[in-house]
Amino acid sequence: MAVERLTVIDRAAFLRRREHRAVRVAALLGLLALWELATRIGWVPALFLPSPLGVIGELAGMASSGQLFVHLAASLRRLFLGLAVGAGAGISAGVAVGFFSLAEAVGQPLIAATFPIPKIALLPLLILWLGIGEASKVTVIALGVFFPMAINTYTGVRQADPLLIRAAVSFGAGRADVIRKVVIPSALPMVFAGLRLAAGTALLLLVAAEMIGAESGIGFLVLQAGNLMETTKLMVGIAVLSLLGVASHWALSGLERLAIPWKHT
Amino acid sequence: MRVSIEKLSKVYRDRDGRQVIALEDVEFDVEAEEFVAVLGPSGCGKTTLLNIVAGLLPASSGQVTFEGERRPGTPLTATVFQEFALFPWRTARANVEFGLEELGLPGSERAARARRYLDMTGLAGFETRFPHQLSGGMRQRVGIARALAVEPAVLLMDEPFSALDAQTRALMMEELLAIWERTRQSVLYVTHNIQEAVYLADRVVVLSRRPGRVIEIEPIALGRPRTEAYQGDPAFIRAVDRIWGLIKAQARSALGEERG
Repeated sequence: MAVERLTVIDRAAFLRRREHRAVRVAALLGLLALWELATRIGWVPALFLPSPLGVIGELAGMASSGQLFVHLAASLRRLFLGLAVGAGAGISAGVAVGFFSLAEAVGQPLIAATFPIPKIALLPLLILWLGIGEASKVTVIALGVFFPMAINTYTGVRQADPLLIRAAVSFGAGRADVIRKVVIPSALPMVFAGLRLAAGTALLLLVAAEMIGAESGIGFLVLQAGNLMETTKLMVGIAVLSLLGVASHWALSGLERLAIPWKHT
Repeated sequence: MRVSIEKLSKVYRDRDGRQVIALEDVEFDVEAEEFVAVLGPSGCGKTTLLNIVAGLLPASSGQVTFEGERRPGTPLTATVFQEFALFPWRTARANVEFGLEELGLPGSERAARARRYLDMTGLAGFETRFPHQLSGGMRQRVGIARALAVEPAVLLMDEPFSALDAQTRALMMEELLAIWERTRQSVLYVTHNIQEAVYLADRVVVLSRRPGRVIEIEPIALGRPRTEAYQGDPAFIRAVDRIWGLIKAQARSALGEERG
């Protein structure tokens, strides 16, 4: 046998992933620059695809004229009302169905049967019932929010550690205290996961509702701009909607950090 | 207070619908200020017994009675759990205050009592930590402080140290004995560890494998306050050997069952 002396090398080096921070920023800026360039030199007509700088300019103009905020305020009002009503009802239903066996017997088949209905299909019916005003818009958003909230809360409640419930009872907790001090805090992470889902659904339904018989709102803005071939204005609407999506994600993350400090410290 | 456990049996059905006898005619007392250890192999119904005494599970037959003087506003029992069972969303102090809230104590008294028992269990300075920020040993100290704080007539302990590493366990047992010397509370302590039972208890109730029956009640003739030095005492070693003799055959048959 030959005598050898070998130094160990890191054979798993190719598995380690680097972050490539600069590339991330460059990719995004590069795409925007390419887009700007494409419209400047006339590869694509501005009517089909307005330039990014043009969209930003239009946004600034609409902001200074106040037109943007009229639409934004109308949309935010519907969004918040729908989210609040839907989340309130969904969380209450989820806790009840998750904790009380009778509520589960009643609620679970009902939710399972109504959950698959695409909520947007209910909008004409809701308009028939509630009129074309705010009530039908808020209701369709609330319905879309209700289901992910109810189902997630239910799951969170069912996942509450039975040992913790037993511990609470052993220290004298009754039904109300078990729900308030054990079941609800246990379900909070699932509730927030539900809120994230619900926020996306709410935005979708908001735009859809505002495209049917509204005189204000970002969805209305987008539809109207499209009808008038004001593509730049249309793009402003889309940009504002995506900013709303990002903002709601950030707001929920912040809220979650506050509400669930034991998961983040 | 004194606890009498009389002719206690627990029968339940397993998933296949078969009857399983967890406990059969279990009978013993815990005197006031007495430390009783219940020793048995896994699956002998120790935890079931503790749950019945705590009023968290109904017995199939027999009864548990508490007799004697009880200070007003104190519960009959409080439990220290094997897996700690701390509320992850509550800080150490808020966990200790849980039972006090349920007793309906005003905020100022809750804070004072929580402080006293957090100090007693060596948790001063850790009051605002959440359970996940504490080591296993510290977590169980919170569990012990939470149970002591309600000042129960009988303290129930369900294998409180079995989830800890050996060194931490040894230290925690010493601390438990020191605390017990101060509070002199009736304790019902469940364990599968013979040394632990003999080291801590005044009497060791030895249970058989399923169905759990009392094989023997072994008085431990060691002085108090107990220190680690007692673990080399001939009386300690004799007691451990005697109890091991009682359950060795059963442990062996359990080993065979698990293999086959």
